[in-house]
Amino acid sequence: MSKELIQGIAAPFDRDNIDTDQIIPTEYLKSIKKFGFGDYLFDGWRYLDKGYLGMTSDQREINTDFILNQAPYQGAKILLTRDNFGCGSSREHAVWALRDFGFEAVVASSFGDIFFNNCFKNQILPVQLSKENISKLFDLVNKSSQSFDISLVSKELRVGSDLSISFEVDDNLLDRIIYNLDDVDITMKDKASIEIFESNHRNQRPWIFK
Amino acid sequence: MTATLYDKLWDEHLVQTYDSSESLIYIDRHYLHEVTSPQAFEGLRYKNLLPWRLNANVATPDHNVPTTRGDSFTADSIDDEVSKIQVMELDKNCNEFKILQFDIESKEQGIVHVMGPELGYTLPGMTIVCGDSHTSTHGAFGCLAMGIGTSEVEHVLATQCLKISKLKNMQVLFEGQPQNGVTSKDIVLHLIKMIGTAGGTGHAIEFSGSYIDSASMESRMTICNMAIEAGAKVGLIAVDQITLDYVQACSGLNEEGFEEASNFWNTLHSDNEAIFDKQITIDVASLKPQVTWGTSPEMTIDFDANIPTESDISKDHIENFKLAKAYMGLENTKTLQGLHFDRVFIGSCTNSRIEDLRSAASVIKGQKVSRTITEAIVVPGSGLVKMQAEKEGLDKIFEDAGFLWRDPGCSMCLGMNPDQLKPYERCASTSNRNFEGRQGNLGRTHLMSPIMAALTAITGTISDPS
Repeated sequence: MSKELIQGIAAPFDRDNIDTDQIIPTEYLKSIKKFGFGDYLFDGWRYLDKGYLGMTSDQREINTDFILNQAPYQGAKILLTRDNFGCGSSREHAVWALRDFGFEAVVASSFGDIFFNNCFKNQILPVQLSKENISKLFDLVNKSSQSFDISLVSKELRVGSDLSISFEVDDNLLDRIIYNLDDVDITMKDKASIEIFESNHRNQRPWIFK
Repeated sequence: MTATLYDKLWDEHLVQTYDSSESLIYIDRHYLHEVTSPQAFEGLRYKNLLPWRLNANVATPDHNVPTTRGDSFTADSIDDEVSKIQVMELDKNCNEFKILQFDIESKEQGIVHVMGPELGYTLPGMTIVCGDSHTSTHGAFGCLAMGIGTSEVEHVLATQCLKISKLKNMQVLFEGQPQNGVTSKDIVLHLIKMIGTAGGTGHAIEFSGSYIDSASMESRMTICNMAIEAGAKVGLIAVDQITLDYVQACSGLNEEGFEEASNFWNTLHSDNEAIFDKQITIDVASLKPQVTWGTSPEMTIDFDANIPTESDISKDHIENFKLAKAYMGLENTKTLQGLHFDRVFIGSCTNSRIEDLRSAASVIKGQKVSRTITEAIVVPGSGLVKMQAEKEGLDKIFEDAGFLWRDPGCSMCLGMNPDQLKPYERCASTSNRNFEGRQGNLGRTHLMSPIMAALTAITGTISDPS
């Protein structure tokens, strides 16, 4: 099964520089699992109390002012934000938390480099648009909640019939999401090239291999 | 064709290009710690794979470890059950896959970015990765070093390669010599203030200029460490005699081996005519000590300057600005001088090396921590740094002044162990991130140099180091 369309409510987060510590605080990085982080997404903003690994949303004091605690955004699939989303710590847990909450795409004017890479390993599409287009989307979403259609085939983001914005993303990276490909499996096809490189490298730079 | 240092390192490790923006790059050194590796080892097990090249990998627990361990402490002694599981999981994985680990009982254990270089596992010209964004630190040795996510940790374990896109080149020239009391930390914070936390995004930043030429390896590591805070996952510095002297002392290579390697290492600099996509020159002679006031490392000011007001901020950033001021409890505060501090933290992969401890000790010698400071802690970056400091009597200077002298680890930089701020406590910290909640839920972090943090401990507020 291939994933060609991401469709759902867009939650607006009108803020720059949202770092991965805000997406998921350090406390929850103590988990040794790859799943189960959805309840801790944006923990510091989403709840009024301090949580611990193992607590669930229904045990927490909810911050009703926070957008993901308000209808219809509890079921949002797309996050709309501004500059430099996912800067800071390399924690892939940030992407796992977005995924586990139910997000499938993040639309922003720019992303932290490491976060951007991590997205493609976990079926989350980072869509980078110009600041002008991001402002247009905020204008629409601020008037009334909107569902976005993001086509992974035509690389287009559509809001109803009013607005269509095309975006760029490397086809190989996009294929990872469309076909849910695993990087290790792909690279293992180049095993022979790695072996040849390594053998030459070992001869030329022996101190690395000591 | 001229090439930058980054271009040379890239080409040196290029295994394969594809019909896309990505290439396959060979990885020489892979550092691992307990937080970002468990899921990667699980992935190996699931796919029934073994690490591609065992001796590429070096592991140590650093994020979760308590800093009040003393003697005969084991992983089992950790009070926090989830932290204990994570540290034990690293033990288990390293034993099962036969990966070299400096475990919690090892005298060399430390913050991975402090421990690796001093044990000679970081050598010039290497590609180095770790599931930690501050891996950029190792760029100080003319390495191509970067932080990666856990899926990439698994990928490197399994294939010894990383599949990545090439970055653009950016050059930052630091010219001149700083005034007394101004350090590498102030210089890099000033840069982040100038270019912003996204200023280096998509770029590898090469640091050069007359300041860098004479800077120590410790200072160079501090600067490359915080490249990521300027948005650049790669920061790097050309190899010179200062690099070689440091490496000769740590690498364990015999004379012949060292000479052979040095012939190559001496080529690790950008060509004279190399072209950079972005360039910036900063005169460091005029800089004052820098302190952050807000919740992003770019929210930095001269220690004696006024905290910005709404009229200084562009419309696009006003919302972020107001939130930061409110979080930091600074809505009605004009300057940082006179502000009451509760805690002081000297440590982290940015500023816990011997030079940092010496400079902090030099300003507090014979003085006492202010009564208004609840707790001031010094956390050496590694077992070797701690031993060296004790040999020099620095521990006595700190303890006599009223500081707590702790065992190595990441500690209060991110508060994953018991060293955490309480809500609304204000901390003078030598770490790298002043994000909301970074040092503890609702805690307030001000980043600064070891000198400024030590001085804050003594006076209880931000003071003039001159």
